[in-house]
Amino acid sequence: MRRGLEIAAVVAIACIFAYAAWVGLVWAPPDREMGDVQRIMYAHVPMVQMMLLAGTINFVASVLYLFRASWKTDAIAEASAELALVFGAIGTTLGAIWGRPTWGVYWAWDPRLTTVAILLVAYAGYMALRRFVDDPERRAVWAAVTAIIIAVDVPIIYFSVKWWKSLHQVQSNPRTVDPQMVHALRWNISAFFLVFIVFLIARYRIALAARMRETTVPEAVQGTRQVVAS
Amino acid sequence: MELAPAFQLHEVSKRFGARWALVRLSLTVPRGAAVLLTGHNGSGKTTLLRILATAVRPSSGRVDVLGLDAAREPDTVRAQVGLLSHAHYVYEDLSGLENMVVLTRLLGEPRATAATGMERLGLDPRDDRPVRTYSAGMRRRLALARLFLKQPAVALLDEPFVELDPTGVSELEARIRELRAAGTTLVLATHHIEQGLQLCTDRLHLDQGRSIAA
Amino acid sequence: MRRPGVLASTWVLFRKDLLLEWRSRARINALVFFSLATLLLFSFALGPDTALLRRGAGGYLWLALLLSSVLALGESFRVERENSSLEGLRLVPVDTRAIFLAKGIANALLLAALGLLLVPVLVALLDVRIVLPWERLLTIIGLGCLAIAAPGTLYGAIASHARARDVLLPLLLFPILIPALVAAAKGTALVFEGDPMGQLPSWIALLGGFDIIYWGLGVVLFPRVIEE
Repeated sequence: MRRGLEIAAVVAIACIFAYAAWVGLVWAPPDREMGDVQRIMYAHVPMVQMMLLAGTINFVASVLYLFRASWKTDAIAEASAELALVFGAIGTTLGAIWGRPTWGVYWAWDPRLTTVAILLVAYAGYMALRRFVDDPERRAVWAAVTAIIIAVDVPIIYFSVKWWKSLHQVQSNPRTVDPQMVHALRWNISAFFLVFIVFLIARYRIALAARMRETTVPEAVQGTRQVVAS
Repeated sequence: MELAPAFQLHEVSKRFGARWALVRLSLTVPRGAAVLLTGHNGSGKTTLLRILATAVRPSSGRVDVLGLDAAREPDTVRAQVGLLSHAHYVYEDLSGLENMVVLTRLLGEPRATAATGMERLGLDPRDDRPVRTYSAGMRRRLALARLFLKQPAVALLDEPFVELDPTGVSELEARIRELRAAGTTLVLATHHIEQGLQLCTDRLHLDQGRSIAA
Repeated sequence: MRRPGVLASTWVLFRKDLLLEWRSRARINALVFFSLATLLLFSFALGPDTALLRRGAGGYLWLALLLSSVLALGESFRVERENSSLEGLRLVPVDTRAIFLAKGIANALLLAALGLLLVPVLVALLDVRIVLPWERLLTIIGLGCLAIAAPGTLYGAIASHARARDVLLPLLLFPILIPALVAAAKGTALVFEGDPMGQLPSWIALLGGFDIIYWGLGVVLFPRVIEE
């Protein structure tokens, strides 16, 4: 029964995603200056937003883990970190592809872009740490500590880069005053959010199953043994 | 009022990666007892001693030491428990005395006890060569000196007779008897069963992380 | 027998760490030459236009320090692993915050000494001038090395117990340190070239804020990191 519901939900989300893609790629009007290239925004913006959402979930799960150790929290932390990496990497690449024809450069050293790039490397380090620690409890604690350090650093990185160099004003919410574009963007953000949730749940289950495999206690052969002074 | 036992373990298990070193171990060791811990290599002796010393936490189960919950009050437990481990806890680049003095300072003891502690185990405090140059036997003596400096209520010894020459062995036996006379609870893991049986009153045998009737 | 509190324990352990650093001074000599070598590498890779090199001097100093810090931090925990001394300290018991503070400050001191050694080398090699007062440079070096040492000590402890530790430490540490690197490098460049727009206080404030945040985090998180 539950499996049926899950499959139905995934199918529904796939349909929503397909619809949102159509809205963004076909229905919405092309940008006055950038033309059809601007449609990348409907994928780029939601992807980066999902990366930030994943990062936030990772931070909260990590803090929770340190207060009260639970494999569920650790599994959420692992799943969200990996999603942050994936969505962030794809989102940044899309941004670079968008940047080249529109502003002439794949990359610009502005605060937001740079912070995201640093964040990607930081999460890559987080995943490497998880891979290189064998003991599940220590892995969970050290990963949580690393996640907290990363999250605390994000605003610091942002401000330091801002002082260091800034020219990103252009790329902020584009002159999308056009209500149709806003509508298309909202649909796509919602669609990507649903897809993100599907991935998160799936990845969480994989992580939790791995934790369970690592940690079950075998049944004892002998019972209790008392040692008494003679 | 009866004193709490030295140790009370309830369903203690410890896992390292995929390998289970201890499996649902339950036992009680009364105060002042001397337990001989035996078992093949890999049977879990070292892991058990480390858990009793609160050097590691169990994967599951409860550990009570001297009436204290080791999970809630590890530092209070550690102040009263001494562990002689395979690792000697010394810094290779410092001399024997320098290593001992770090410990005395951390214990709040006067500096002089470092030198006397070394002499009691046949080491020369004025030797300022680094521990790196020590022989295996000397390292073992230094580790023992560290343990005795602490004057713990419980002494956990993991293979203490290894790397000692016959003189060292008999001296160590004498030290252990002194500890017992002072009421220290003792858990001694060793393959030297004859020596162990002379010094201990009870025996606990481990096989693959589970206790077996001796 | 009165056991020392956190600060007293920190002092005891700090002296121990300094003594250990002094005893392994041959290794520290090698570290000095390593950092000098990196400066040479930068000069050759980015030269020979000396004007260009001079403008980059602040950056080179901190890059050299950052690369050297990985070696220094790794060594700082290797000595603890040799005979499980870290565990020995935990079992005394010692307040683990004291372990973090002592090691962190000792590491920071070592890096600061390295930094001070590199400054005259930069002056000689790249014809760098120190335009602003000396104390500013000392402040930046001090705050910058503290900034490296705090997360460095935390991650050093983690990496020393993991596989691939020599690549894991820089991978974890470098992204986190970018704000401090930027602030320290920029600040140093301003000390070398002059600060007409009065930007130096902002960079020093950033370094100071970074230090407060990460030393605070370190004191709180280090005990969790080394418990087993």
